[in-house]
Amino acid sequence: MIADNDLATIFAALMAFSVLMYAILDGYDLGVGMLLPMGNENHRDQMIASIGPFWDANETWLVLAVGLLLIAFPAAHNIILKELYLPTAIMLVGLILRGVAFDFRAKVAQGRKRTWDYLFKIGSFTAAASQGFMLGAYVVGFQEGWFATLFSLLSALGVTMAYSLIGAAWLIMKSEDQLQLKAVRWSRNAGRFCLVGIIAVCIANPLVNSFVLERWTQLPWAFFIASIPAVCFMLFVIGDQVLKRLPLQDDAGCWLPFVMTLILFTFCFAGLAISFYPYVVPGELTIWQAASAPESLRFMLYGALVVIPCIFAYTVFAYRVFWGKVAELRYY
Amino acid sequence: MADVFLLSRLQFAANISFHILFPTITIALAWLLFYFKLRFNLSGHPVWMRIYRFWVKVFALTFALGVVSGITMSFQFGTNWPGFMETVGNIAGPLLGYEVLTAFFLEATFLGIMLFGINKVKPWIHTTATLLVALSTTLSAFWILALNSWMQTPTGFEMIDGVAHAKDWSAIIFNPSFPYRLSHMLLASGLTACFLVAGISAYRLKRGDDKKAPRIALKTALLIAAILTPMQVFVGDLHGLNTLEHQPQKIAAMEGVWETEKGAPLLLFAVPDEEQRTNHFEIAIPKLASIILTHDPEGEIKGLNEFKGEHPPVAPVFYAFRIMVGLGMLMLAVSWLGSALLFKHDRLPRWLLSLLVGMSFSGWLATLAGWYVTEIGRQPYLVSGVLKTADAVTDIAPDNVLFSLILYLTVYSALLVAYVRTLFLMARRSVEIEEIQPEEHTRPRCPLPSVQTEGANL
Ligand code: HDD
Ligand code: HEM
Ligand code: HEM
Repeated sequence: MIADNDLATIFAALMAFSVLMYAILDGYDLGVGMLLPMGNENHRDQMIASIGPFWDANETWLVLAVGLLLIAFPAAHNIILKELYLPTAIMLVGLILRGVAFDFRAKVAQGRKRTWDYLFKIGSFTAAASQGFMLGAYVVGFQEGWFATLFSLLSALGVTMAYSLIGAAWLIMKSEDQLQLKAVRWSRNAGRFCLVGIIAVCIANPLVNSFVLERWTQLPWAFFIASIPAVCFMLFVIGDQVLKRLPLQDDAGCWLPFVMTLILFTFCFAGLAISFYPYVVPGELTIWQAASAPESLRFMLYGALVVIPCIFAYTVFAYRVFWGKVAELRYY
Repeated sequence: MADVFLLSRLQFAANISFHILFPTITIALAWLLFYFKLRFNLSGHPVWMRIYRFWVKVFALTFALGVVSGITMSFQFGTNWPGFMETVGNIAGPLLGYEVLTAFFLEATFLGIMLFGINKVKPWIHTTATLLVALSTTLSAFWILALNSWMQTPTGFEMIDGVAHAKDWSAIIFNPSFPYRLSHMLLASGLTACFLVAGISAYRLKRGDDKKAPRIALKTALLIAAILTPMQVFVGDLHGLNTLEHQPQKIAAMEGVWETEKGAPLLLFAVPDEEQRTNHFEIAIPKLASIILTHDPEGEIKGLNEFKGEHPPVAPVFYAFRIMVGLGMLMLAVSWLGSALLFKHDRLPRWLLSLLVGMSFSGWLATLAGWYVTEIGRQPYLVSGVLKTADAVTDIAPDNVLFSLILYLTVYSALLVAYVRTLFLMARRSVEIEEIQPEEHTRPRCPLPSVQTEGANL
C-alpha cells in the first residue's frame, strides 16, 4: 500500500513528467510552425508534413499535464489558472488556430492556402509566447509590477527561442538539402538566444524567490543546480561546433542536435522542478496542501500504471512508422 | 458577481456547444470509415477506397476542430467553475483522467497512422489503426458521459465537510442515467454522421456527379439512418422514463406541466409563461403524455408547482425538447422513405435529394437541442442535489471573462463558417475529378446499385 503522502509526490512527478514531455514534443512542432518560411511553399509543405502525424498526440501531453493538475491538485489548479486567465485564453486561441490551419490549408482553394499558412505561423507563435509568459509569471510567483512583467516577457522570448531551437533540430533530422541547410542556420541563431535566456532565468529566479535561493545554497541540491549552467554552456559550445559542420557525409549525426536539445530541455526543466519542490504554487501551496482525496488518487494511479506503459509502446510504434526523412506531402 | 456568473455560463455553453458539434460527427464517422475500409479489404473494389478517401479527409478536418475545442474545454472547469472541482473534484477528476489516459492518447496516436500511414504500413495494420481510432473516440464518449450522467444522477459517494468523496467507483460510473445517456448519445452521433454523409453525397449527385462513390455512400448512409432512427426514438423514450424517475422537475419542464395532473395531455405546441405559471396557445393531444411516460392513460405527472424555486427555466427546455423530437420524426420519415425508394427504384427524386442536402446538419441541431434539454433541465443545480451552479462560479474579474468570451465567439463563428464552406467546396471539387470511370466493372462479390446516367437519379 502506498502512503497518502507519497501519493502526492508520485502525482507531482507524473505531472512534471508530462510537462517535460509536452515541452519537448509540442515544442518541436510549435517551433516548426514558427519557422515556416513564408516565401517558399515547397519548404512549408515539407515542414508541415514532418509534424503531420505527430502534432495531435504531442498536444495530448498538455491535456494530461493540465488534467493531472486538475485531478491531483485542484486547489493549485484553481489558483494558477485564475492568475493566468488571460494568457491561457490567448494560448488556447493560438493552439486552435494552428491546429485547424494545419488541416484547412490542404483542403481550401489554392489562393487561400497561404492565408492558412500565415495563421499556422501566427498561431504557433502566439501559443509558444503565451506559454513562455505563463512560465515567467509562475516563476516569479504571480507577483505584479514592472519587474514581473518584464521578466515574463523575457521568458516569453526565451521559450519562443527554445521551441524554435528544438523545431530546427527536428528539421535537421527530418529534412534534406536546402531545407536542412536552412534549419542548421535557424538552430545556430536560436541556440544563442537560448543560452542568454537560460542565464537570465538562473540569475532572476533566486533573486525573486527567497526559498529558491535557500534551495540553491543547500548542499546536495547546490551541486546539481550549479551544474546546470555548466552543462548548458558545454552543450551550447559542442552544439555550435556540430552545427557548423553539418550536414556530414551520408547525413551522419543529423540526429545529434535534436538529442542535445532534448538533454538541454531536460536539464533546465529539472532545475526548475528542484527549485520549486515541494511547492506547486510557488511560495504559497505545497503539493500536500493541494492534493485531492487519497482514495481518488489511488483509483487514478492504478489505471495510470497500466495505461502509461501502453502509451509509451504505441508512441514508439508510431515514431517508427514515420522514421526517416519526410517524403513528399501526401495526405491520406 | 451576477455578471461573472452569467458570462461564465455563456462562455461554458458556447465552448461546449462548439466542441460537441465535432465529436458527434467523428465518433460515428470513425466507425463508418472502418466499415468502408473493411468493405474494401473484403471486396477489393476500388469504389470503397474512394468513398474512404473522401470521407477520411472530412474526418481529419472534423477531428482537428474537435481536438482544439476539446483542449479549450479541459481548461474551462478550472478557469470558470472552481467550485465544481472543489466540491466534486474527487469524483470528476479521475473520470476526466481516465478519459485522457485511455482515450485521447490512443486516438491521437493512431490517427496519425490512419491519416498518413496508408502507404507506410501493411493494410491490416492500417485497418486496425482505423478501428482503434473508432474505439477510442467511443471510449472518450464513455468517460465524459459517465461524468455528465453522474452530475445528473449522482450515486456512490458521500459528503464529508461539504466535499464529495468516492465510495463505490462502479456505482459512480454506472449511475442510473448513464446507460440511457450513453446509448442515446452514440445513436445521436450515428444519425448526425449518416445525415452528413447522405447530405454531402446528395449534393454531389445534384451537381451532376455520375460516379459510383457518392451513390453508394448515400445509399449506405440512408440505410443505416433508417435502422438507427427507430432505435433512437425507442431509447429516447426509455431515457425519458428514467428521467421521470430521477429528475421529475426536468420532465415537468419538458412537457410544460404546471399543476400535477392525472391523464396529462401531450403538448404539440405551447408558449410557456413562467410569470403566470401557465401555457398559452396550447395545441394538445389528450392523455398522451401520461400514456408515453407512465404507460397508463390516467397516470400522474408531477407539475412544476411542486418544485417551486427548484425547477429549471421552462421555456428553453420545453422548446428544445420539441426541436429534438421534431427533428427525430423528420429523420425517421426521410430515412424510411428514402430507403424504400432506393429499394424499389434504385433512385431518388430530385426533391428528396434537395431535402437531404438541407438536412446535412440536422443532426447538429437535434444534438444541441438534446443537450440543452439535459443541461438546462438540471438547473439550478450543477450536480443534482449536491452543488448549485451559482456556488461553483469563479471570482475572476468580469472584464476578463468578457474578453475571453468575445475572443472565443469570434474564433468559433469564423471556424464554423470555414468548416461548412470547406465541406461543400470539397464536395464540388470531387465532382470535377475524373478519377473514376462510370463504366468501371463491378466484381460479383460486391453487388452495387446499377448506374444510371441521368444526373439526379440514383
Ligand atoms: C460524447 C462525446 C464527447 C463529449 C460530451 C465531450 N467530448 Fe471532448 N472529445 C470527444 C468526445 C466528447 C472525442 C470524440 O473523443 C474528441 C472529438 C474529436 C477528437 O479528437 O476527440 C474529443 C476531443 C477532446 C479533447 C482533445 C483530445 C485530444 O487531444 O485528442 C479534449 C481535451 C476534450 N475533448 C475534453 C472534453 C471535455 C473537458 C468535455 C466536457 C466538458 C468534453 N470533451 C465533452
Ligand atoms: C456535450 C454536449 C454538451 C452541451 C451541448 C452542453 C451544454 C450546456 C449548456 C447549454 C449549459 C448552460 C446551462 C445553463 O447555464 O442554463 C451547460 C452547463 C454546464 N455543463 Fe454542459 N453540455 C454538454 C456536456 C457537458 C459535459 C459532458 C459536462 C461535464 C462532464 C458538462 C458540464 C457542465 C457544466 C460544468 C456546466 C456549467 C454550469 C452552467 O453553465 O450552468 N456539460 N452545458
Ligand atoms: C424522437 C425521439 C426522441 C426522444 C423521445 C428523445 C428523448 C430524449 C430525452 C428525454 C432527453 C433528455 C434526457 C435527460 O436529460 O434526462 C434527450 C436528450 C438528448 N437527445 Fe434525444 N430524444 C429523441 C430524439 C433525438 C435525436 C433524433 C437526437 C439527435 C440526433 C437526440 C439527441 C439527444 C442528445 C444529444 C441528448 C442529450 C444527451 C442525453 O441526455 O442523452 N435525441 N432525448
